[in-house]
Amino acid sequence: MLSFQTAMTAFRRSPLLSALSVTTIAFSLFAFGLFGLVALNIRNALEHVAERVEVRAFVADSTPIEQVTAASDEIAKYPEVLNVEIVTREQALQRARKELGEFSDVFDGQFLPSSLDVKLKPGFRDPKTVRAVVERVRGFGFIDDVRFGEEWITQLYRLRNIAGVAGVALGLAFAAVAVIIIGATIRMAVLARAREISIMRLVGATDGFIRRPFLIEGSIKGVLGGVLALVLTYLAMRLLDQYLHFQTAFFDRRMAMLGILFGALMGLLGSAVSVGRHLRRV
Amino acid sequence: MVRFQKVTKIYPRAAGGAAALRDVTFGVKKGEFAFLTGPSGAGKSTILKLLYMDERPTSGEVRVSGFSSREVKRREIPELRRKLGIIFQDFRLLEDRTAEANVAFALEVIGTPKAAIPNKVQRALAQVGLASKTRAYPRELSGGEQQRVAFARALVNDPFVLVADEPTGNLDERATRGIFQLLREINAAGTAVLMATHDLDLVRSSDYRCIELNHGEIVFDSAETPAISLDID
Repeated sequence: MLSFQTAMTAFRRSPLLSALSVTTIAFSLFAFGLFGLVALNIRNALEHVAERVEVRAFVADSTPIEQVTAASDEIAKYPEVLNVEIVTREQALQRARKELGEFSDVFDGQFLPSSLDVKLKPGFRDPKTVRAVVERVRGFGFIDDVRFGEEWITQLYRLRNIAGVAGVALGLAFAAVAVIIIGATIRMAVLARAREISIMRLVGATDGFIRRPFLIEGSIKGVLGGVLALVLTYLAMRLLDQYLHFQTAFFDRRMAMLGILFGALMGLLGSAVSVGRHLRRV
Repeated sequence: MVRFQKVTKIYPRAAGGAAALRDVTFGVKKGEFAFLTGPSGAGKSTILKLLYMDERPTSGEVRVSGFSSREVKRREIPELRRKLGIIFQDFRLLEDRTAEANVAFALEVIGTPKAAIPNKVQRALAQVGLASKTRAYPRELSGGEQQRVAFARALVNDPFVLVADEPTGNLDERATRGIFQLLREINAAGTAVLMATHDLDLVRSSDYRCIELNHGEIVFDSAETPAISLDID
């Protein structure tokens, strides 16, 4: 309780330094938050594109419909498969005409084959899994050909991997910068109270007693900085939406709470390191 | 109670690896008053730092009230310091707190029950003659009064020894006499005093024990050669 009171007193006694600490923490977390927002939206966009991953198995002309239906039911049971749709020759023609728009009348006969259109569940849309499904579908004797945009899927997943690795590397770099800035900010608070700390030691305060208020202070600053960073990130997103008409997704409640918790943790760690170093030196 | 046994202290970054203290042996008994004198750099402050275990000897042993520099763990040092009263030339008060808050601070940080603090603080401030200035901030007090607040803070935990490093160094003659009188009273009440000072007039004005240091060695101890009179610059 005394530690908490001391931490609160520190805020009251040096409001400017405390505000500066919170703002610095907020801006370093804001940079991290903006990066997180970009990463989240890239991931969403890639997932959206990946939803279009589809395996189309063309059925030989003379195949009885019962056989096609039975195969469709069986394929639908594969663990990777989300759904299977039987597309008849008529439906294939209509779909092609629709896609061609004003040139729809260039077709006048039913030359397109019927097909089984297989959609895959999320998490099973990578090139390797798609190829495995394709091989199994090819196994049905009446299937003439299977198309799945192999090159497109490979490119998409390469992009996803690059984005993933770049995301982790940049995320770590941003987090490291945030930790260093927060540590330096807390160090200023520690130095501002160096005299108080030296007196505490002289009159017999334990290191734990000296450390506690700083840890509380650092955590509170981290939480305040985290909340401020979240507000700034939200405002930045709204500005982007308003002026650039981006349809940006924002962090959900769980992610926002994690962000604030991250701020608190950074504040706590920054304080622990700064006070620990100071106590070892004096 | 306090015992230095063949203590040598070499600061790792000292120029040329010169020893701040060399082979120093002496003791302070319960209730004793002793001056530590000698020119700047003679090792007076080093002795005091070793006593409150802010520093450890390079060789030899310092024993203070059952704590040995050879065995004491870092986490045990606060326990030792609670038995000491430490005073500095620059008072070391917290400028943003009143006199009573400065004294109370010493009790709060060692976990004294809140209810017991005001009485102890008033008693300590009365003991140093500042009962009427409990609400004053350090900047509103004279140098002598600020040092008295520091004394109250050092005394509030009933130390068995008061360690004072040049406590009159920043004070005029009148304030110096007042502080010295206070030290005599504290000592008369049973607390041992070890006081480092440059002020030879002060040393001569009493018949307390005097330990003189030069270049890190004890060159004179009136407890061992009481007949020799002090004649140093």
